[in-house]
Amino acid sequence: MTMVQEILALTLEHLQLVLFSTFLAAAIGLPLGVLLTRRTALRGWSLGLINIVQTIPSLALFGFLIPIPFIGGIGKRTAIVALVLYALLPIVRNTLTGILSVDPAVRESAIALGMLPRQLLWQVELPLAARTIIAGLRVAAVTTVGTATIAAAIGGGGLGVFIFRGVASVDTTQLLAGAIPAALIAIIADGVLEWIEKRFSTA
Amino acid sequence: MKPILRFEHVTYAVAGRPILQDLNLELQAGETLVLLGRSGSGKTTALKLVNGLLMPTSGAVLVEERPTSAWDLIRLRRRIGYVIQEGGLFPHFTVERNVGLVPSLEGWEPSKIRARVYELLSQLDLPPGQFAARYPRRLSGGERQRVGVARALAADPDILLFDEPFGALDPITRAEARKQFLHLRDTLRKTAIFVTHDVREALRIGSRIALLREGRLEALCAPREFIRHPGAEVRAFLASAE
Repeated sequence: MTMVQEILALTLEHLQLVLFSTFLAAAIGLPLGVLLTRRTALRGWSLGLINIVQTIPSLALFGFLIPIPFIGGIGKRTAIVALVLYALLPIVRNTLTGILSVDPAVRESAIALGMLPRQLLWQVELPLAARTIIAGLRVAAVTTVGTATIAAAIGGGGLGVFIFRGVASVDTTQLLAGAIPAALIAIIADGVLEWIEKRFSTA
Repeated sequence: MKPILRFEHVTYAVAGRPILQDLNLELQAGETLVLLGRSGSGKTTALKLVNGLLMPTSGAVLVEERPTSAWDLIRLRRRIGYVIQEGGLFPHFTVERNVGLVPSLEGWEPSKIRARVYELLSQLDLPPGQFAARYPRRLSGGERQRVGVARALAADPDILLFDEPFGALDPITRAEARKQFLHLRDTLRKTAIFVTHDVREALRIGSRIALLREGRLEALCAPREFIRHPGAEVRAFLASAE
């Protein structure tokens, strides 16, 4: 395999890791964020727990997961679990704050006019929180691009393979072959999500 | 004639602190009752007990002889129009969608909703061609307030609740809004409760005035009798208007 082919292959693998992890984190984080707006009792400790995960250094988190049965081990699955755990915080937190910052007068009139709870959520709260929620997704996606390079340490593949190889052999070419595409993915992801975010102007 | 709305020994307390105490009131269909009182007198709380945003701690609020606790709250609320300061409009909905909200929740035909929205906008001096597609941020305070009234009227509710609807308006717009309210009151003849702390507004708008003080009813009478009422709180309010 030539260098170019390898770059393409690993970039693709990296993209898959990032997309899959971010989507999974959104699939868990959005409903969780909405749930936490309804259940104040759960809010404190769930956010605390997610916060703690965020403070674990990423290399260590990958390491911790290896011995855990089912979700752990060496390979992609473990990498995805760790990436999802990292991406959760910005998604959950922004969903929560986005919904909680909806004007109470607007929420009250929605209820007073006879909206069902799900209509309140889908027609009022989520649209008005959309910008904040998408900003959270953006942070999650961009940080996942970076964190995913560490996945190579536990056999997750992706552009981290170049970086670890470059570090081990003090080879700048290898380092750059990993770092440049990763940076490009991050910049493109950021730009696309920023564009989407701007389209949701909250009137 | 049976009252359309009745407060029966209603007490409402938060964490043991009473906001309303033993409130008794009856409204006949078509009358406009003004709830007058200082901030914290419990008038907004009384209003929210009518559409089930709050439930009495003891006693009962009866709408058409049925306690709010026995109503399907969604049904109840869609039959009661509710207007708050600045209208409480949805910032992400156009004027048309704001006004057509309850009809669309009720599953009306889109063409019927549009006809109703246009009819109401015209009635409230908001030419549909000019206003239907606008967002609330592009309306003046007075326009927002009128859109709020149009929204409350959309599904032709039996009862209308107004919580300081003119509170955020400048004096001139407020006078115009008041005039329009009187016009609507006289043409539509809906049952209405109107909350305010402005005694002049109360005297002009109400067919009866209920004065609340620290959660208790201090006076309940027509404006004509209200200005001669000897109660200390009534005198204090009247003095504030001089």
